[in-house]
Amino acid sequence: MRFVDEYRDAGKARALAASIAALCEPGRSYTFMEVCGGHTHTIYKHGLEDYLPECVTLVHGPGCPVCVIPMGRVDDAIHLASRPEVIMTSFGDMMRVPGGRGSFLDAKAAGADIRMVYSPLDALRIAEREPGRQVVFMGIGFETTAPSTAMTVLRAEAAGIRNFSVFCNHVTILPAIKAILDSPDLRLDGFIGPGHVSTVIGCEPYRFIARDYGRPLVVAGFEPLDLLQSIHMLLVQLAEGRADVENQYGRVVPWHGNAKALDVIGATMEPRPYFEWRGLGFISHSALRLRDAYAGFDAERVFDVPGGRVADPKACQCGEVLKGVLKPWECKVFGTACTPETPIGTCMVSSEGACAAYYNFGRFTRERVREATR
Amino acid sequence: MCLAIPGEIIEIPPDRPALATVEVSGVRRAVNIGLLEGEGLAAGDWILIHVGFALSRIDEDEARATLRLLEGLGDAFDDEIDALRESRIG
Ligand code: SF4
Repeated sequence: MRFVDEYRDAGKARALAASIAALCEPGRSYTFMEVCGGHTHTIYKHGLEDYLPECVTLVHGPGCPVCVIPMGRVDDAIHLASRPEVIMTSFGDMMRVPGGRGSFLDAKAAGADIRMVYSPLDALRIAEREPGRQVVFMGIGFETTAPSTAMTVLRAEAAGIRNFSVFCNHVTILPAIKAILDSPDLRLDGFIGPGHVSTVIGCEPYRFIARDYGRPLVVAGFEPLDLLQSIHMLLVQLAEGRADVENQYGRVVPWHGNAKALDVIGATMEPRPYFEWRGLGFISHSALRLRDAYAGFDAERVFDVPGGRVADPKACQCGEVLKGVLKPWECKVFGTACTPETPIGTCMVSSEGACAAYYNFGRFTRERVREATR
Repeated sequence: MCLAIPGEIIEIPPDRPALATVEVSGVRRAVNIGLLEGEGLAAGDWILIHVGFALSRIDEDEARATLRLLEGLGDAFDDEIDALRESRIG
């Protein structure tokens, strides 16, 4: 339990908070983006913002794979799932994500054969067991998840399983970060880099952020103290006038990532010319599709996919939240029309989404504060 | 599916070295360790598991700290373990 104490210790947190405050130049404010939804979750759950001086603002980035799936892709997936020969398989997180015409859950209730799986390998197993059906796996996720889909495709090929395909929605984090850096509405001073994505891609690929944009990035772990320490490391860089890529999470993230994982992605997938991100719009080279050599496993080529584009609902301000321009509670429908039970936007669906994280924990804190001050 | 959870390798069958038996929070399941090929994994080692695949090797202290953090998540972690329990990777 040594690490638990070391990383959860409130005294340590306060000491770190004090040296964070000491590093801030008077009159200057700092805005850092945590790219990963897992970090957003930790920040709200542990009320980390309360430990930070007022001049430090955290904004929540686009690193929740469920949250960035555009409605049109959900509709396309439901279109596939509605074919009588198809068994659609998906991670549980996708089930409530609304498309233009409802979610997987709605489609399932209407009779589509949609099954939750823990792993793409479970989807492959269903294909093996039910050779008369076409099993489609809804591939979602960043570089953390793409290697699993890639390995499964390789496995399907090696085993000669032909009734298995992937509806590939894998996205890559770097083009999204670049799009945010290029966006005029946001001024960021640095990034808290995603922990698990970096176990795959390593720390080198973030170099352009420091080199071309002059912004520091620190890859961070998920404990509250990891995050405070990362913020500290960012502030030290800024105080010294540096912009570098640093790794706070070296106990899990190797500097060069996982070569095998990158190999299998590269062998089976290639960048799409462009891909739509919910709220962020079209970003070039920001997603993956299967290579021609694996066309037989690509649901978009095995079947007809309409490929329609559906505009986000008018009330939804997920785009602003995903870019960090708005805080979740600043969205007009937050907590009223849009709740985890009846999500309008995707940020409310996944527990990693900024809106759901704030709804679940922020509210609790506010109630607690009210109780305490009664 | 966004979670990566630590598990301890119980056994690596010699005839299928990419498929380890791993224990996660009391649940034993098969996990594909092909992405850590060449790392010389053995029973007793801890790995970080994401959707049925081992992503990286971690030490035991780190694993236990992460498990504690995840258990504190409540529903999100329970859902993940329930999903894992349903897994039949073979
Ligand atoms: S409250 Fe709902 S609609 Fe508004 S930004 Fe969050 S998820 Fe989107």
